[in-house]
Amino acid sequence: MVVGQIHIASEEVARLLSTVPDPEIPVLSVLDLGVVRRVDIDGKNIDIDLTPTYSGCPAMDTMAVDITSALLAEGYLPKVNLVLSPAWSTDWISENGRKKLAEYGVAPPLGNELDKRALLNGERLVTCTNCQSTNTTIVSQFGSTACKALFKCEDCLEPFDYFKCLK
Amino acid sequence: MSLRTYILSLSDNAMILGHRLSELCGHGPTLETDIALTNISLDFFGQVRSYLQYLASIDGDQVTEDTLAFLRTEREHHNCILLEQPNVDFAHIIMRQYLFDVFQLLQLEQQMLSTDETIAAIAAKAIKEARYHQRFSESWVLRLGDGTEVSHTKMQTALDTLYPFVHELFTQNDWEKELVEQGIASDVKGFESRYYDTVFQTLKSANLSKDDIINRYAQGKNGIHTEHLGYILTELQYMQRAYPNMQW
Repeated sequence: MVVGQIHIASEEVARLLSTVPDPEIPVLSVLDLGVVRRVDIDGKNIDIDLTPTYSGCPAMDTMAVDITSALLAEGYLPKVNLVLSPAWSTDWISENGRKKLAEYGVAPPLGNELDKRALLNGERLVTCTNCQSTNTTIVSQFGSTACKALFKCEDCLEPFDYFKCLK
Repeated sequence: MSLRTYILSLSDNAMILGHRLSELCGHGPTLETDIALTNISLDFFGQVRSYLQYLASIDGDQVTEDTLAFLRTEREHHNCILLEQPNVDFAHIIMRQYLFDVFQLLQLEQQMLSTDETIAAIAAKAIKEARYHQRFSESWVLRLGDGTEVSHTKMQTALDTLYPFVHELFTQNDWEKELVEQGIASDVKGFESRYYDTVFQTLKSANLSKDDIINRYAQGKNGIHTEHLGYILTELQYMQRAYPNMQW
């Protein structure tokens, strides 16, 4: 089956991977996030390529361990390789993942151009995850984790995270 | 051997600046800048891990990313001395960051074309982050340089102090020239004028004055450093020196 942009030959393996969360944004699975780039299945042997979102992402090692234990628990023999190329892009976050992000309170990334306008020119483009207003302003280009910026809504006055576009 | 030194020079620039920024954890002037600077530090350490893992795979034997990060002496570090300059105040932190961010962005652009696949892959990853770094530091240079009298004076002082160290970024040793010819290393001479054009433009917009190139003798790339590096390494390496082979 095809999950995100990658092909996973076994539905059970795909299901198991979809239970492994991103430790920093637990509503997203590693598949939603698009960090699993290749899954080769040969009987019980599973060879997986995992790519970091940001090069210093401290969640990377945890994800590799969590993937390994989820598969080991079901009798598979996983091998997780960390790969750098091609570099991860926010375009790889699945549609489902974007929806889950917004529900969780993290505004999903805009396209590259809109992202620049929101982050650099202070244009009001990002949708507030609390009240859906786009009357929002940037507080800080760097937020609670490397991948997020901090915004606030000028209507409901709630602060919220925005997942920065990375291309 | 020259490839080894080159990887260390790239890695040490990121590691020493990353360490300087990590010193600000919990000490930034505001919560937002504190978080931004430590996030940038984290990005640098991400690059460092990639470089040092690559180097460890070349060295083989007992060498790991940790032994490379924690067990080298001053003379075995190849960062430019701009990056080991102390934090002093927010103006110095931002100016050092800006002067390096512009350089690194141009360097990474070239390194994406490296014939060495790993160096190219690390660059393709890091450049996305480096763009955010430059946006951040540049916006602060503009805001403070063209801000109040006090912020302007502090930024000009920081510029005057740090600017002479910029020239070293564009020096090329024999081993580096050799790697440039092989298509492995980026040719810093190739983007030197673009660097100064960009920096002068920003400084002008920020109402800060500097429009000449100062050629100051610096040998950080060859392992000869200012005394600041020793203090950095003392802190950075403390645990491994006090408890050899300890693991987290």
